[in-house]
Amino acid sequence: MRTVKILVFHPERCKGERACERACSKVQYFRSDEGGEKSALRITEGKDGTFECTVCDQCGLCVDLCPALALRRLKSGVVTLNRAACVGCQACVAFCEMGAMRKAPGHIVPFKCFSCGKCVEACPNNALELVEMPIEELEREVYARHGRVCP
Amino acid sequence: MKGPETTIEHDFKPRTLKTEGGFETGNTRHEWDYAKLRAAHRLLAEYKYEKRPVVRGYTGRTLHVNLTTNQIKEKPVTEEMKKQFTGGKGFDLKLLYDAIKPTTRWDSEENELVFSGGPLCGTTQYSGMGKCLAVTVSPLTNIVCDSNAGGYFAPYLKFAGFDAIEIQGKAKEDVAIVVDGTEGVVRIETAPLEETNSHLVAEQLTHLYAAEDTEAARQKVAVVSSGKGAEHSYWGCINISFYDPRRKVARLKQHGRGGLGTVFRDKRLKALVARVEEMHGLLNNPADPDMIAAVGTRHHLEMRDLDKNQCCMREVGTGNIVEVMDAYDILPVENYRFGSSPRAANLHSQHFYKRFTQVIPDGCWYGCSMACAKVVDGFTVMTGPYRGLRFSVDGPEYENSAGCANMGLFDPDWVIEWNFYCDCYGIDTISFATGMAFYMEMYEYGILNKERTGGLELVWGNGEAILEFMHRVAGGDKHEFIQVAAKGIRRTKDWLVAKGWGDPYLIENCGMENKGLEFSEYMCKESLAQQGGYGLTNKGPQHDEAWLIFMDMVNKQIPTFADKAEALHYFPIWRTWFGLVGLCKLPWNDVTPLSNAQSKEPAKVPEHVQNYADIMSATLGVEMKPQDLIDQSERVYNFQRAMNVWMGRGTRKDDWIPYRAMGPLTEVEYLSRKDRYDKQLVETGLATKDAVSKMTVRQKRDLLATYRNDQYEKLTDAVYYRRGWTPNGIPTPQKMRALGFGPYKELLRMLQEKIDQDEKAGLDTWGGQYGTSEKPPTTEPKYWETW
Repeated sequence: MRTVKILVFHPERCKGERACERACSKVQYFRSDEGGEKSALRITEGKDGTFECTVCDQCGLCVDLCPALALRRLKSGVVTLNRAACVGCQACVAFCEMGAMRKAPGHIVPFKCFSCGKCVEACPNNALELVEMPIEELEREVYARHGRVCP
Repeated sequence: MKGPETTIEHDFKPRTLKTEGGFETGNTRHEWDYAKLRAAHRLLAEYKYEKRPVVRGYTGRTLHVNLTTNQIKEKPVTEEMKKQFTGGKGFDLKLLYDAIKPTTRWDSEENELVFSGGPLCGTTQYSGMGKCLAVTVSPLTNIVCDSNAGGYFAPYLKFAGFDAIEIQGKAKEDVAIVVDGTEGVVRIETAPLEETNSHLVAEQLTHLYAAEDTEAARQKVAVVSSGKGAEHSYWGCINISFYDPRRKVARLKQHGRGGLGTVFRDKRLKALVARVEEMHGLLNNPADPDMIAAVGTRHHLEMRDLDKNQCCMREVGTGNIVEVMDAYDILPVENYRFGSSPRAANLHSQHFYKRFTQVIPDGCWYGCSMACAKVVDGFTVMTGPYRGLRFSVDGPEYENSAGCANMGLFDPDWVIEWNFYCDCYGIDTISFATGMAFYMEMYEYGILNKERTGGLELVWGNGEAILEFMHRVAGGDKHEFIQVAAKGIRRTKDWLVAKGWGDPYLIENCGMENKGLEFSEYMCKESLAQQGGYGLTNKGPQHDEAWLIFMDMVNKQIPTFADKAEALHYFPIWRTWFGLVGLCKLPWNDVTPLSNAQSKEPAKVPEHVQNYADIMSATLGVEMKPQDLIDQSERVYNFQRAMNVWMGRGTRKDDWIPYRAMGPLTEVEYLSRKDRYDKQLVETGLATKDAVSKMTVRQKRDLLATYRNDQYEKLTDAVYYRRGWTPNGIPTPQKMRALGFGPYKELLRMLQEKIDQDEKAGLDTWGGQYGTSEKPPTTEPKYWETW
């Protein structure tokens, strides 16, 4: 069974320092240390002071939606974007149910998490971890949501 | 009346192309000897140009190719041209006007085919932004016909360096024009060995002109082509390709209306090719890309979340409305005699859902998440030269399914077969279906018979005969009927009358054409506003100008003449705007925002109109409001009408429609909706209930016809007044000056002369018969003189 490493977030350990975001924006193609809008994972604070993490679960729906065949699943199972093929249409950004395909201001080509683990290393509180998941399971879930019978 | 609703089995799994190794269509693979095809090409002319980027939606130049002289040149786009004509169809018309004479006809040496996208064309962040607008002098109407198509040509033409291309003259042998944006060169080459029919030539030339043998390289090539059907009929369409890297197929979208393909082949054009060096999301070079991305992403979200509950465009395309039209009794059945049929259930979209490949991005330009370009993959062709081969067939769209209902053909597989050959041969599905429906009705009445049709048994729903007719047209069959019928309804009406085979009134009013162009597939006799939407048009009866059936007939939002006239002023002008900037109209109102129903004017979808104004502003770097877009469009709309007048048409008599479009022409039609018509006779005061009960069907039909003809005249009056035209439909010089055409002195003088002639001929009065309680739009027919 093919597997892929996906990020798992432990909210109870997160203190909202966002070192993960800054680490992430450094590895994205525009190389920034700003984090925030330039990070592929986003930490948001809920009303009750707890934190949530929005990040790609490598489900691969975007692979099927891309009109330019710019997204694909690598041998490692990770879904990546080939920037040279991307036409900047933002369909993946909008259609991703997780909100995990992102666009940075000033850059038309979107970006996403590719499970590099830099954020895991950067987190001082061990709130992030990479775990192996069966790809089939991830895909099944997304097609259960999208493979609707219509009309 | 309705047949049982069929539903999809619960265990049905959507068709996908996914296999272990990637994607598999099941299509027949063709092996071509590309080296041989290439070697046979002879260079006739070459023109090198400076490569430069698009600036805020414009390249600032257009291309002119003359196939008679093999001259290629470029022309600058002036600021004045941008201001007055915006782009797309506006540029097309301006260039054509400068190139032709009022006496130019479709096959004249100086007639041109002009293609243009427009300033937003090629944007990838919002749905439907890759449209190509083409114009020419039509063989069907003898005036300018415009037609739009998806596919990659218009964006690639612009990214290769040109806002528009004019093609004038005629080649002596089959040629291809290649606009090569990688090298910055335009070439005219002979293309003797390639196929003519679109499915094959598009594939051949995509491979031939791809920079290398990769999918990525083939995606950078767009091929424009037509087919054998276009050579031998006036219904020729033009196909524009868009290469699908999953299917490995050069898919096709059509410039359907008006016989543009006929002109294409008359010029001995086998293909027009555009190739780009690169393809990315900022090639249109807008002033504010982030703004466009934000608006586009918001719209993509609507497609994701709302389409499945509104139109299912992403699953079944425009065919989703077949069942809606059937339910509302406006699906054309058997030459528009009826509006529904129990058998039409076979064409409801669930049957095509099963046949279409699902979960695949099916936009005809990058970034269109409405993705209505559905495909039947691996379809096995049943008849003709390609029998037994398997192809990916684009469509059927609504017009194709409805066109088949019009021919009484209710089998989805025959719909696909017919759709395939229309595209492949380069024949407009709409004109073909409406034409054939008319021929079939003539056959039913015995005005045509098997002997007169050359052996074709044109009974309703005879798919084999329909295809046989098409194969014979494409094969250049010399039988008199095939020759005449392939030139469209208008010529066939004249032919039938000249032969003395039937009642001229019946023939004239059965055949659904206006200005020579066949009607598109909506049964409009119960919607006066839609009758105007068909008749009071620039190019002829095509719903792209105004689709008001629902507003008028179902939602009853425009009850008075003034209301209808306002709708027939605003919507044609708004819809024209899409053609000025290179856009598809569908993402505007086929899926609407959740809050739309609460907006002030839901029919206009104000939130989406604002999106377009925002994108236009963000592209040009100049603030544009919705009204600015309308102003752009009103200029071009009136210019096209003035061109019609210039070419000897564009008057009230040209806007008249056959009675089949207005009401029940035959007794059987009257009887099919007897209650509705009887009620109308009473409610309008034409007869008392008692009198109606004593009248024969024929008497009632004739009485109703008098009323409905007059209603159409009154509508025409109201619309001409709202548009600022004379009672004979002429845009006045005053109106044209207000729209910025002051410098077009020749055009203004021509319009004034026409108005003076009309006055002498007594054509300066309103057409409706106004009773004591009614008023014409104004008592002063020369109302514009006080402006």
